[in-house]
Amino acid sequence: MSEGEDTVGMDTPPRLAVDRLLDDPETRIVVCCGAGGVGKTTTAAALGVRAAGRGRKAVVLTIDPARRLAQSMGIDSLDNTPRKVETVGAGGGELHAMMLDMKRTFDEIVEAHADGERARAILANPFYQSLSAGFAGTQEYMAMEKLGQLRARDDWDLIIVDTPPSRSALDFLDAPKRLGSFLDGKFIRVLMAPAKVGGRAGMKFLNVGMSMMTGTLSKLMGASLLKDVQTFVAAMDTMFGGFRTRADATFRLLQAPGTAFLVVAAPEPDALREAAYFVERLAAENMPLAGLVLNRVHGSGADQLSAERALAAAENLEEGGIVDQESGKAGLRDSGAEPTGTAEPAGSTQTDRTARTAQTTRTANSPETGSPGPEGDTEAGSTESGVATDTAVVDRITAGLLRLHAERMQVIAREQRTRDRFTSLHPEVAVAEVAALPGDVHDLAGLRAIGERLAAGVPAGA
Amino acid sequence: MVSGKGGTGKTTVAAALALALAREGGRTLLVEVEGRQGLAQLFGAEALPYEERKIAVAPGGGGEVFALAIDAERALLDYLQMFYKLGSAGRALKKLGAIDFATTIAPGLRDVLLTGKACEAVRRKDRAGRYVYDHVIMDAPPTGRITRFLNVNDEVAGLARFGPIHNQAQAVMKVLKSPETAVHLVTLLEEMPVQETADGIEELRGAGLPVGRVIVNMVRPHHLDEDTLRTAAGDHRAEVAKALSRAGLGGARRGGLAERLVDPLLAQAAEHASRVELERAQRGVLTGLDLPTYELPLLGAGMDLAGLYALARELRKQSVAE
Repeated sequence: MSEGEDTVGMDTPPRLAVDRLLDDPETRIVVCCGAGGVGKTTTAAALGVRAAGRGRKAVVLTIDPARRLAQSMGIDSLDNTPRKVETVGAGGGELHAMMLDMKRTFDEIVEAHADGERARAILANPFYQSLSAGFAGTQEYMAMEKLGQLRARDDWDLIIVDTPPSRSALDFLDAPKRLGSFLDGKFIRVLMAPAKVGGRAGMKFLNVGMSMMTGTLSKLMGASLLKDVQTFVAAMDTMFGGFRTRADATFRLLQAPGTAFLVVAAPEPDALREAAYFVERLAAENMPLAGLVLNRVHGSGADQLSAERALAAAENLEEGGIVDQESGKAGLRDSGAEPTGTAEPAGSTQTDRTARTAQTTRTANSPETGSPGPEGDTEAGSTESGVATDTAVVDRITAGLLRLHAERMQVIAREQRTRDRFTSLHPEVAVAEVAALPGDVHDLAGLRAIGERLAAGVPAGA
Repeated sequence: MVSGKGGTGKTTVAAALALALAREGGRTLLVEVEGRQGLAQLFGAEALPYEERKIAVAPGGGGEVFALAIDAERALLDYLQMFYKLGSAGRALKKLGAIDFATTIAPGLRDVLLTGKACEAVRRKDRAGRYVYDHVIMDAPPTGRITRFLNVNDEVAGLARFGPIHNQAQAVMKVLKSPETAVHLVTLLEEMPVQETADGIEELRGAGLPVGRVIVNMVRPHHLDEDTLRTAAGDHRAEVAKALSRAGLGGARRGGLAERLVDPLLAQAAEHASRVELERAQRGVLTGLDLPTYELPLLGAGMDLAGLYALARELRKQSVAE
């Protein structure tokens, strides 16, 4: 049976075979998308590290990595060109990483498509400066532009792209088109039009309308801004056709068979709702979805013990050990100070049990609680007091362990409900689960560990 | 203004804050600007239109909470209507893509419209001359963009050097930089959100914007103190197995039910211990920021309306305690 077809039960989604995706030479672009705060950048970086370790020549395009994550790949200084990450590749594989500088990317387009003087005029234009420094859509557009450039260079056989931290995951698909159609669109033509169509009789009415409109805009935005825009448009004139064409070309690239989208989410309602929208949108755009990466999934090696039973048992211990006769076969060594490891005393005798019962009972009324009980006082010799304290301590620890477990089981149940909603909407989407780590990832070892979890696809134990 | 890194729960915190601040007889307006309809989902309401509508009554039969999802395009048309009486011309502009242009691309205009609408609500008075809303809470863009979002008025003021947008931007900026405004930052006790919070505070301060509180969200209870964790991490497997057995969870012998629980439970405890350690370190970083904080607990059952009210009560308790 091939990896991707694993199905465990009716309600279990197919498992996303990450290694197969990364190993397939036909896979040329992997796009990681999803809501903010779900670990997109970390996932992209981990995939890059894993791919390089499996012999791919990969480049990771990150958009806005956290500083320490960037440092872990040696790209902490803002840099718009891919740099090799040492000590990652194996079997001929290499990893290169870069961080998108959207203004630099925009400047490069201008420099590449306009002659020196005109390029300088555009770069100095205040409207251009605001536009390139990051208004809605520029970052998305430039990410796509950069992807197109990396693909065109053909220096890598796998490009892994992180997507910008948008207000919604869908911005990533929409913004480039918006900017593209703005930059060579109707409205910008209109801004330029009065001068061009002024003399033509048939256009007179239209012209009046336009004067009124530019007049209004001028009032609204202030004449200087409008003039900046018009100067900008005039300077960019020859480049406009290019923007739409390039945006369209990149969009087609995303639809090509060598591209795979990974929707990244955490088992939280918001993140999975965004993921569901994205899955639907990708289908509508004919973009190839490889699957869902579900980060920070909790598991437990003791999942046979329910939250309810764990809590009841914890209370039981905290209340001072109501003796459970059925499970009372285990004997208790006299010396709690000497841990016994895993070995049990060979024979738990009736005497042992009686002794334990006495101890347990006394524990409930131990000096710690400040209320000495009658049995404890009568039965406990002074030599046994250390044992009694240890039992109390162990009970308290154990109760804590049980409460911790109950909490974990509640988290697991909540995550499961959230995931079930997604799975019932999109049962066809393959899923790779990544077990939650106690801390943040900020070195290559951490990224490798994430990569292993991604490839395993199911959270291992706890 | 409630901001925070993605995933820290800033929408939830903004809503809880609105509920907490709605005192008896008072009114709070909760504003959404990113078109996600997160508030409607949180309150289990229909998608919010571009109008202020009552969405909840505060805990303890207190004041009322209104909600508004600001749409930049509608705000611009309103604005044009108000200042220029451009009924049909407005539609013509829309058809030409000018409105789209203006709200999507024109430098900062979108943000001025969003913050401008919120500021209008802040300053609005009823006939008796009293403020219509006691508090206006905005579920603002995330930390990475908050300074640019709020400060864009300055940018617009620089770009549009004259005219109504210039004036509007100046007026909005005045409200935003006044002591009446506070930008609260929501974080988790995790490294990245804490780092982003620290960076965000620095940026806000640099721009002269008033930083409010750090709101630590989803704080987990610590079931085991450090000594206990150390003991648990030590070699006490047999005792723990016996304790489990005493608690009725099966046999403590090797292979017994209780015995098999020990390793996974200890593994969970070790994870918990390293998380506690990380949280301690992050708390240290937050303390270094020298800002007042609120702390909100993690709700084990997940976020629902009852949870939201619980958080609102928690916020009230914490400001009362101060």
